[in-house]
Amino acid sequence: MSKPRPDRAAEVLGKVAEAAGKVPLKDRRDFLMRGLALAGTAVAGPALAAADKESFMPPNVPPWTRSLGRGVVTVPYGMPSGFEENVIRRTVPWLTASNISSISFTPLQDLQGIITPNGLVFERYHAGVPDIDPGKHRLMINGMVERPLLLSMEDLMRFPSVSVIRFIECPANGGMEWRGAQMEALQFTHGMLSCCEWTGVPLSVLLEEVGVKKGAAWVLAEGADGSAMTRSIPMEKALDDALVVYAQNGEALRPEQGYPVRLLNPGWEGNTSVKWLRRLEVGDEAWYQREETSKYTDLMPDGKARKFTWVQETNSVITFPCPEKGLSSRGRYEIEGLAWSGRGRIRRVDVSLDGGINWQPARLKGLVLPKALTRFSLMWDWDGSPALLQSRAVDETGYVQPNLSQLREARGVESIYHKNAIHTWRVAESGEVTNVQID
Amino acid sequence: KRAGYYGFGEPATEEMIAGWDIDVRPDGTGLPPGSGSVEEGEVLYEEQCAACHGVFGEGEGRWPKLAGGFGTLTQERPEKTIGSYWPYVSTVWDYVHRAMPFYEPQSLEDDQVYAIVAYLLYLNDLVEDDFVASRETLSAFEMPNQDGFFVDPRPDVRNAVCMEDCKDPSEIKITWDSTELGVTPVEHFKTDEEETGGAAPVEADPNLGLNIYQQ
Repeated sequence: MSKPRPDRAAEVLGKVAEAAGKVPLKDRRDFLMRGLALAGTAVAGPALAAADKESFMPPNVPPWTRSLGRGVVTVPYGMPSGFEENVIRRTVPWLTASNISSISFTPLQDLQGIITPNGLVFERYHAGVPDIDPGKHRLMINGMVERPLLLSMEDLMRFPSVSVIRFIECPANGGMEWRGAQMEALQFTHGMLSCCEWTGVPLSVLLEEVGVKKGAAWVLAEGADGSAMTRSIPMEKALDDALVVYAQNGEALRPEQGYPVRLLNPGWEGNTSVKWLRRLEVGDEAWYQREETSKYTDLMPDGKARKFTWVQETNSVITFPCPEKGLSSRGRYEIEGLAWSGRGRIRRVDVSLDGGINWQPARLKGLVLPKALTRFSLMWDWDGSPALLQSRAVDETGYVQPNLSQLREARGVESIYHKNAIHTWRVAESGEVTNVQID
Repeated sequence: KRAGYYGFGEPATEEMIAGWDIDVRPDGTGLPPGSGSVEEGEVLYEEQCAACHGVFGEGEGRWPKLAGGFGTLTQERPEKTIGSYWPYVSTVWDYVHRAMPFYEPQSLEDDQVYAIVAYLLYLNDLVEDDFVASRETLSAFEMPNQDGFFVDPRPDVRNAVCMEDCKDPSEIKITWDSTELGVTPVEHFKTDEEETGGAAPVEADPNLGLNIYQQ
């Protein structure tokens, strides 16, 4: 091995330096824009793709194999490839009066496994996302307790912590579909749903630390945002599995998810998992706050309404194929989907190809955890015939996910929340998939 | 473990608690001293609330309707307002005080909240125009839909695990097709030609109960 010539070495080092600095942080936007442009041509230009084949396909060696990539910390906090620019949260503007009190949806059609990446967890705010300095944030615990307490984040993080994988679902997930099929995309029919690993302190530990007085039966959770969101939580849940969490998927909560601290009520409607948590009050009765009277109560056909409908009942949906991702040709496919239950583990999921006439058991893939998303799959040889795909989940209590007609019969169509019905995708001969409802 | 086992944090003093503990319960617990009349409330409401909620509480655009809707809870399009639906007036006081006006929450004095609550009751025809809201008058106040709620009775629906010949194939009908409405933003996976609705629509069919996220 001979040493490179000095001038050659300088040239080489210059190239390395150039590559290392390929995407300085200040130009990240440019990089993303270029990523978008490339992604655009990759999807839209069959003619270009054919031309590319000359240089990109074997036996030719593509340019990324014959050049240097970006150096370390070019992007100190990593971002998805620019080619994944379509994997984003989306909203439906006409759903709400303002994006300050609104909802966005997780792109379930693009995700794998059961963990939702932090940047894609659906959003639901009532007064926007506050910018909270964790050094200035405090959690107060007061009411029927022996030692009313004020905790800094540093204090809170000194308590023994736990980590659990649990879903959070907005009880209005699918609520636009009570009267009929309206949303043309999986992201909008089921995307108010996410599942993360959450880390924090059991609420029971904090209640023990302040000393709950005799007769206490409820805990009020209150947020520090402009809506000062409140919900009454019964003591039974508070002592069972409620958590005060400060991390998701290994890192601090995202501002959208309550940074620096939120409540997590596993299996319960997302609204009860109050974000930007500033106060827990112990009391002997429920408070009947706006979010448990005007909202998050379920109107029945007789004009009476259910209150305290906390549990998210067993639900499931096929995530492939779906309207966003149809079938490109006949042949073998893996039907995949997600199932979940606020009452515990998923025991089984069945899949129908013919609108519920016949069913076959799907395989549960990977982790099957209580109150967590569970992935299921079924191999399918598609012969090009039209199909009506459905999934039906059963949880460990024996509860079987119902048909929409059964739900409508019991509840009418004005309850807004808790629509956990079996969902139908129609697969056309073209392979296109649409959201339909069948009788 | 006994209370105080870890010993982290500092005691929350009564003064600290007074600043943050703002919740009000149906029995009136938490209502502060003070009062406000319908007359005072009208001025405040028109200044601070009417732009979104309408002069008569009818709700501008998609902003929440606050008044009316009596007798609609069993109808096709129920109007769930303070008067027609809310069970307790304590919730009105609490929520206005903690979260309204939307653009400037927790900016109202206690007397102003009492006045606005008095005016909201007046807009709903629940009090006369000489009503004065206070801890005394609100603690005893009964709302029309106070008994309109009951505790969750679920599971209320039971499906069976049938595996074969569960339905008569001839009876399967597609009753709804989402693409017929064309109200979904689909530009990220459909081209313009494929979009059934043509240009992206901004208004949904009012008969479909879509506007679930008012506020």
